[in-house]
Amino acid sequence: MPSNDELNERLSAFLKRHHNSRAVHIDGLRLLTGGASRQTWSFDATVEHRGDRSETLALILRADPRRSELMTKGIEYALLESVVEHGVLAPKMHANGDDSIGVPFFIMERLEGETIARRLIRDDTYANTRAVLPGQLAAILAKVHSVPLEAPGVRELPAPADGVSPAVHEIDRHEKIYRMLTPDPHPAFELAFRWLRERAPAIDERRLVHGDYRIGNVIFGPEGARSILDWELAHIGDPMEDIGWLCVRSWRFGGDKPIGGVGERDAFYAAYEAAGGARVDPARVRYWETFGNLRWGITCIVQVKQYLAGASGSIELASIGRRVAETEWELLKLMEA
Amino acid sequence: MQDRPTQDELLTALERFLDEQVVAKTEGALSFNGRVAANVVRMLRRELDHEDEALEREWAGLDALLGAVERPSARTELRDALTARNAVLCERIRSGDIDPLTATTHIRQTVHDKLMVTNPAWLQE
Repeated sequence: MPSNDELNERLSAFLKRHHNSRAVHIDGLRLLTGGASRQTWSFDATVEHRGDRSETLALILRADPRRSELMTKGIEYALLESVVEHGVLAPKMHANGDDSIGVPFFIMERLEGETIARRLIRDDTYANTRAVLPGQLAAILAKVHSVPLEAPGVRELPAPADGVSPAVHEIDRHEKIYRMLTPDPHPAFELAFRWLRERAPAIDERRLVHGDYRIGNVIFGPEGARSILDWELAHIGDPMEDIGWLCVRSWRFGGDKPIGGVGERDAFYAAYEAAGGARVDPARVRYWETFGNLRWGITCIVQVKQYLAGASGSIELASIGRRVAETEWELLKLMEA
Repeated sequence: MQDRPTQDELLTALERFLDEQVVAKTEGALSFNGRVAANVVRMLRRELDHEDEALEREWAGLDALLGAVERPSARTELRDALTARNAVLCERIRSGDIDPLTATTHIRQTVHDKLMVTNPAWLQE
């Protein structure tokens, strides 16, 4: 990744070419999230067009210095264009990247708003948001699940092989990661792998799955949802996977309701179906909620491994290893139900 | 034998410093990480209180499932031996050599004991 000054200069030159403008000035360039990989930068670009007109654009740079194995920037860009085109509330793309900054990137619009879940759950400012958000999330998700599988950016996504159930595909994928990385044995996870394999739904309904659809990846304001972020885990799979993930207790952030801490299951299912989503099978949602807890537990292990390997000195990353027990507890509860 | 303050008293001082001087007086990432750090200190205090008892209970539970063996007395050896025994338990679950229901009771107790240290609030539904 270039230094901040270099990045500023190269981005200005890129946008100047992109807009075929006289000049572009970049202000307030700062890293919002991400370290060595999957970075999100915020900046304002003042574009001086030919003639006297100039405009200031609020933008986000998504860059991937490590060329993530998750999703290339090219696919992410095409995917976001496709979902927006199909009416999903997601960031509008501004410019696809090239080799201007030396690492894969693209530029998208920056939306103002809140993403911090504990504020949604607790702040008076968001009392109305808490009321309207579940229904909005249901309707948006129904739209995500109706994006055609042959759309650009969607057709390139990872999908289960023909004849393999999406659940088995996801279990295989995560079990491999778990076995490769875990520093400790986890008997609760062994029980969960068995339980999930024995009950894998045979239904082979394949849709675009967002893959990380939860509070924390939603920009919201006092009026409700503004945009759905973080599409890098999108894949082809069982649409119930997204609903189950949204029910995972860790994504309730202390809220007392099952859907992201703010919504009831039945109302969410009804809103999803009313917005054109597939018929919701509550048992299958529970199945994916169970899987979701296992997946989040494994993700905690992946993250703490980065700390243990010395790749990061973050106290947050270090302490996340101790959150695995929360997912084990949820797994034991869900398997018993 | 160290002089006062005790481990717990020192950790209390660290916890207060983080809560009162860092979390309350900073913003953004520093405040957030300060809160994470203060929670880590609280976790360590609980771990110092509960670890011996929890390790002993976990060992006894594994004795019941896998057959009794002598428990190492030194804490480090006990932790290593528990990891090895848990790996055996995992292998038995994978190969179907153990009744999941019998194993579940022990595993639930162990996870409960972990949460008593890491996040007791999680146990309140």
